[in-house]
Amino acid sequence: MTQLALVIDLNVCVGCHACVTSCKEWNTSGQAGPMPDDNPYGADPSGVFFNRVQTYEVGSFPHTETVHFPKSCLHCEDPPCVPVCPTGASHKREADGIVLVDYDKCIGCKYCSWACPYGAREFDEHSQVMKKCTLCVDRIYDQTLPEQERKPACVMACPANARIFGDIHDPDSQASQMIREQQGYALMPELGTQPANHYLPRHIRRGSDDSA
Amino acid sequence: MHPAFSVIFLTTLIGVGQGLFIALNIGQVFDLARDDINLGHGFYAWGGFLVLSFLALGLIASVFHLGHPERAWRAVTQWRTSWLSREVIVLPLFMLIVFAYMLGHFNGMDAEQSLTLGLVGIIVCFTLFVCTGMIYACLRFLREWATPLTVVNFILFGSASGFIFAAAYAGWAGQPELLELFGEIGAWLTLGALVSRGWTLKRNAELRARPKTTTQTATGIHHPEVRQTSMGLMGGSYNTREFFHGMKALAVRRIKGFFLVMVFPVTLALLLAGTALDSAFLVSLAFLAQYLGLIAERWYFFAQVNHPQNIYYQQVG
Repeated sequence: MTQLALVIDLNVCVGCHACVTSCKEWNTSGQAGPMPDDNPYGADPSGVFFNRVQTYEVGSFPHTETVHFPKSCLHCEDPPCVPVCPTGASHKREADGIVLVDYDKCIGCKYCSWACPYGAREFDEHSQVMKKCTLCVDRIYDQTLPEQERKPACVMACPANARIFGDIHDPDSQASQMIREQQGYALMPELGTQPANHYLPRHIRRGSDDSA
Repeated sequence: MHPAFSVIFLTTLIGVGQGLFIALNIGQVFDLARDDINLGHGFYAWGGFLVLSFLALGLIASVFHLGHPERAWRAVTQWRTSWLSREVIVLPLFMLIVFAYMLGHFNGMDAEQSLTLGLVGIIVCFTLFVCTGMIYACLRFLREWATPLTVVNFILFGSASGFIFAAAYAGWAGQPELLELFGEIGAWLTLGALVSRGWTLKRNAELRARPKTTTQTATGIHHPEVRQTSMGLMGGSYNTREFFHGMKALAVRRIKGFFLVMVFPVTLALLLAGTALDSAFLVSLAFLAQYLGLIAERWYFFAQVNHPQNIYYQQVG
C-alpha cells in the first residue's frame, strides 16, 4: 500500500517561507480554495494556511542554533482526526494514504481539529468547513503537467530542496532512503499517531568554526 | 481550549432534562409504592414536557456550533467510530421516547406502560450521558478529558441539576413529599459530583506537573533548551483562537472559584433550607444557583485543557 508523504530536511531549510506562499497560491485556486485572507494589510490579519514555517532557538547564548521548522498536516498512518468525524467528511485515502476533508460533507463541527494534536487543521470561516493540507492531490496526479512537476507546490517552490516528496512505504523511494540513512523521525512519537511525514535531524557541525 | 458557548449550553441543558426524566420515573415508583399520594397524570405529562423543552433548547444551542447545520443529518452515518455521531443518533431517540412518555400521560396510559416506557427511556438517557461524556473522554491526547471521570461528571452534574429542578417542580405542583425526596437525592448527587469533580481537578493539577508532550517531542530537537522564536505568523489564526481561551490566569481562577462555590455550597445550603422549610421558592433558587455554576463549570472544563498543538503556537513572529 502506498503512503505518500513529505520528508523535511532541517539541515537545509533556510526559513524563507516560499513553501508557505506557493502552497497558498496553488491551493487558493485549486480544489481546496479559496483560502481566506481577512484584513491582510490591516492591524489584525488572519488567514487560512496549510503550511507554516516556524523558528526555534536551541541552546543558550552564545551557543545557540536557529532551526527553521516547516509544519503541515503529517498525514498520519493512524490519524486521530478521521474516526471522530461524525459525517465521514474527514477520511484517509486507501490508495495513497492522503488524509483529506470532503468539503461537501463537512458540517463544520471542528471536532477533528480538537482531535489532531499537531494543529494541522484550520477552519475556513468563509465557507464554514475544515481545511487542511491535501498534499496537492489536485496536482500530483495531473497528467497535463510534465512528470517532474507532479509534486506538491511546496516541494516545487523550495529553493534549498529541503522538502522531499515520495512513497514512504516503498523502500526504494528517495524519501524512504533519506529517512533510513539520515535518522528521519516523526513528531510527537509518544502519541502513537504514526505520522507519515518525517523530519531529518540537524547534524551539528563542530570544528574550525568554533575556534575562529 | 477556547470554550464554545453553544456546547456549554447543549451539555448543561440536556443534563438537566436527563436528570429530570430520571427523577420523574423515580417519583412514579415512589408514588406507586405509597398510595397515600397520587399525583395523577398531569404531573408526569407536564414533567415530560419540561424534559422535552430542556432537550430541545440544548439541541437548538448545539446547532449554533455547526458551520453547516443543514448538513447535520450526515452526522448519523459514522456511529461505528464517532461518539459525536452516536450522540446525534441517541439525543433525538431520547426525545422521541420522552415525547411518547408525555403523550402517554396526557392520554392516561396505565402505570405498567408508563414504567416500561420510563425504563427504556432511562437506559437511553444513560446511553446519552455516556455518548456526551465520551465525546471528550475519547480524545486521548487531551489528557484533562481522557478519563472515565469525565463521563461520571457528566452523569452526576446532569442528574443533580435535574433532580433539584424536579424538587422545585414538585414543590410548585404542591407535592411536599416529592420535593423532599428529589431534594434529598439531588443533594447526594451534588455531593457525589463534588467528589468526582474534585478528583478531576486534582488529577489535572498533577497532569500539568508532568507534561507528556513537550517542545522537544513536538519538534524532535532533543536539547534541554528549545524555545520558539516564531510561530510563523504575525496575526491570529484558527490555531491561536480555537485552542487558547485568551483569559488572564486570575480571571480563570475566579471562574473556577465561582463554579466551586455556586455548584456546591450555595446550592446545598439553599436546597437544605428549601427542603426543611418546604419552600419551592428556595429550591428554585438552588436550581438557578447550580445551573449558573454549571455554566461556569463547563467553561472551565474547556479552558483547563492544554491542547498539545499549543506547543507550536507560543511566540508571535
